[in-house]
Amino acid sequence: MDTPFATTLRPETSRANKTGAWRTERPVYVDLMPPCNDACPAGENVQRWLYHAEEGGYEAAWRQLMEDNPFPAVMGRVCYHPCQAACNRGQLDEPVGINAVERFLGDEAIRRGWTVPVPPGPAGMHVLVVGAGPAGLSAAYHLVRLGHRVTIRDAAEQAGGMMRYGIPAYRLPRDVLDAEIARIVGMGVTLELGRPVRDLEEALGEFDAVFLAIGAQLSRRAYIPAGDSARLLDALTVLRTVAGGQDPQLGRQVVVYGGGNTAMDVARTARRLGATDPVVVYRRTRDRMPAQPFEVDEAEEEGVRIRWLSTIAAAGDGAITVERMRLDDSGFPQPTGELEDLDADSVVLAIGQDVDRSIVDDVPGIEIRDAAVQVGPDMMTGRPGIFAGGDMAGGMAVTERTVTAAIGHGKRAARHIDAWLRGAVRQPADRPELATFERLNTWYYTDAPATVRPHLEMARRVSTFDEVVGGLDEATALFEARRCLSCGNCFECDNCYGLCPDNAVIKLGPGRRFAIDYDYCKGCGICVTECPAGAITLVAEET
Amino acid sequence: MSAVKFYQTGSLAVGNRLLPIEQRSVQATGDRTNAITCGHRACQGCGEALGARVVLDAAMRATGGKLIVVNATGCLEVFSTPYPESAWRVPWIHSLFGNAPAVASGVAAALRARGRTDIRVLGQGGDGGTVDIGFGALSGMFERDDDVLFVCYDNEAYMNTGVQRSGATPPAARTATTQAVGPEPGNVFGQGKSAPLIAMAHEIGYVATATVADVRDLERKVARAMELHGARYLHVLVPCPLGWGSATSETIRVARLAVQSGLFPLFEAERGEVVAVTPLRGAPVPVEEYLRIQKRYAHLFSPAVRADVLARIQALAERNIARFGLCRAEES
Repeated sequence: MDTPFATTLRPETSRANKTGAWRTERPVYVDLMPPCNDACPAGENVQRWLYHAEEGGYEAAWRQLMEDNPFPAVMGRVCYHPCQAACNRGQLDEPVGINAVERFLGDEAIRRGWTVPVPPGPAGMHVLVVGAGPAGLSAAYHLVRLGHRVTIRDAAEQAGGMMRYGIPAYRLPRDVLDAEIARIVGMGVTLELGRPVRDLEEALGEFDAVFLAIGAQLSRRAYIPAGDSARLLDALTVLRTVAGGQDPQLGRQVVVYGGGNTAMDVARTARRLGATDPVVVYRRTRDRMPAQPFEVDEAEEEGVRIRWLSTIAAAGDGAITVERMRLDDSGFPQPTGELEDLDADSVVLAIGQDVDRSIVDDVPGIEIRDAAVQVGPDMMTGRPGIFAGGDMAGGMAVTERTVTAAIGHGKRAARHIDAWLRGAVRQPADRPELATFERLNTWYYTDAPATVRPHLEMARRVSTFDEVVGGLDEATALFEARRCLSCGNCFECDNCYGLCPDNAVIKLGPGRRFAIDYDYCKGCGICVTECPAGAITLVAEET
Repeated sequence: MSAVKFYQTGSLAVGNRLLPIEQRSVQATGDRTNAITCGHRACQGCGEALGARVVLDAAMRATGGKLIVVNATGCLEVFSTPYPESAWRVPWIHSLFGNAPAVASGVAAALRARGRTDIRVLGQGGDGGTVDIGFGALSGMFERDDDVLFVCYDNEAYMNTGVQRSGATPPAARTATTQAVGPEPGNVFGQGKSAPLIAMAHEIGYVATATVADVRDLERKVARAMELHGARYLHVLVPCPLGWGSATSETIRVARLAVQSGLFPLFEAERGEVVAVTPLRGAPVPVEEYLRIQKRYAHLFSPAVRADVLARIQALAERNIARFGLCRAEES
């Protein structure tokens, strides 16, 4: 052996000894489904856009977000963030403020004028979208990105659907909504307002496919014995009137009947219009209320009173009769016969919404069940070429009636419409295994309590329609983004690389993660145990 | 300690892509030395192989690559250099089991004689070679204040020869020579020694303890030691899955629990005085949590739980916590 003086062994000649042969199990990098992504009705890759935001890459984060959702600034305000309810960090201290970071990114994009490129080349097919609400606008956005031409028709004077006519301005300022709609229209979507669609068969002659997203705009009725002079209104009419800049003349004593988010919206709107003592009458208890807890809290903070276990027995001139209820063994409210009178200048019914089905009445093949147009997993109705989504849709592909779900429907429908137009069937990607809390090694995450979003002062909350919940600034948004645990996905913390006793993990460089050198990996499993994110799995070695 | 607070990983993971390059740990960098590299024959999950790489890579960075390593006999020597292979990527010399500190002193003297004081010397060995067999040579190296950093990779027994008790084996632990039999099974209470405290008694420039569970802490202590000249001593706890009977994947966790229970205090001393301790993160972990995951303590839990023995070990942990002030409030 030719070595320098007194040297008996050459450096790193040990590499001849392929210790990988010892292995019975091999570590494998995986990308699991983070609970936030799993819970997002719009199918956002939350973990991924937070990853970009953590390093201050706000534009990259926003572009990742826009892959799935063209309304970050709207979503960052009105989404009920099921992602945060699912967030694993909630088991450590508090969930990551995903919604707040989303809003920061959305506002940043508006401020800086970021846009999404439209694919070059001749447009593909021509799709009609009926309804310029969240589902319709989302579908249009994704169809344009897939190379198609889109025309949206809507009966209203302005685009936005329920985002404009259902959600009060104190939750969603109109300049934000306008900016995000303008960005979609600016991608080349033809928007025809004040133009209801009545004949779908005719539309199918004109267009290659139709996406129906007219929402559920009919307020549900309840039978309440009412005198001639009782002032009974429905929630959607009230909200639409206010959104149009008119005063619905509710008076000072306003009673809202219902327990959902719309009931809260109406009561809080009434408070801002001058009602001194808005009262929400709801048949069940607080924990059974369909409204989001934070909306109930915010309503109560503003002086909205809620009468639990109550129903309206009769309405008259300037007063209503309320009956006490009790929950029976199965949780249903039952009347007790105890009555009480309550002053009421007006009564607003907020007990749900129905779909105006007249548009599909004459179309063969379209099925309506549970007051919703039935669609399959591909969002197509029983009539080939006609798809539906948003609040009007029901069936196996449909989740819930929220703006976020509608945006998700729009995306899913766009992808299936694109496939259908090309004569193909879209195969959804396999969902990876869920990244559960148990997979994480939380030792590596330092304590970091959630950032509190600023709230508007109370005097302005009860007298104006200014936005109630404030946004994060860059420093707090960055802090919040960095609270992400990156569940089930490598974030390049170098633990595997730095803790491998056999130097068998190869660092591939920034953004390129790592690889296992199976020539030398002995399969000890340290990298698996010490991966904070649970992004490495041991699998049995083939024998 | 690093004042950088990162909310996602803190400064607790090995690396952090959000840190400026110069603040990243050596082990996180793509161009670390890999002083001991692939193909060595250490068991799966070996804490010592990992500890040696972390220490030597940090020393290589601190010295600008001008380092000579002297190794005592033991696992580290045997598994890294089975003839004709060597896993080392640094100048490395092995002589005997008991003389590594003396050889290191000699290398330092030779370098001084040749005017090459830019080249630094690091001696290393296991607890057997350091705490027992080489202890006279080590003490001599300390008292002469020879310019050597000596590193003990402590896995608490003679693992290479088949897990025999050493002077660093903790009470109640089962080894080949302290079997789990009789009324007081395992190693005897009240025997053995703390090499770091004895090193402190020599009033040398720097003594520190560390584990493989906190790479940044370990690297920082190596870097600090290399800032100084004269005799220095670093005692690194390196779990041995084979000898301790712990899962190969749990090596880091075992070391972390040794620290968090208070059984292995992390401190730094200069000239005989403790100058810094690493406080526990949160409340101390009961020693039982540390002991249960090691088969060398299985006799404390089966067939009957030896609450009396557990209480004595818990008392040792609490003594450390009180003695070194390990439960001070974390700096905010």
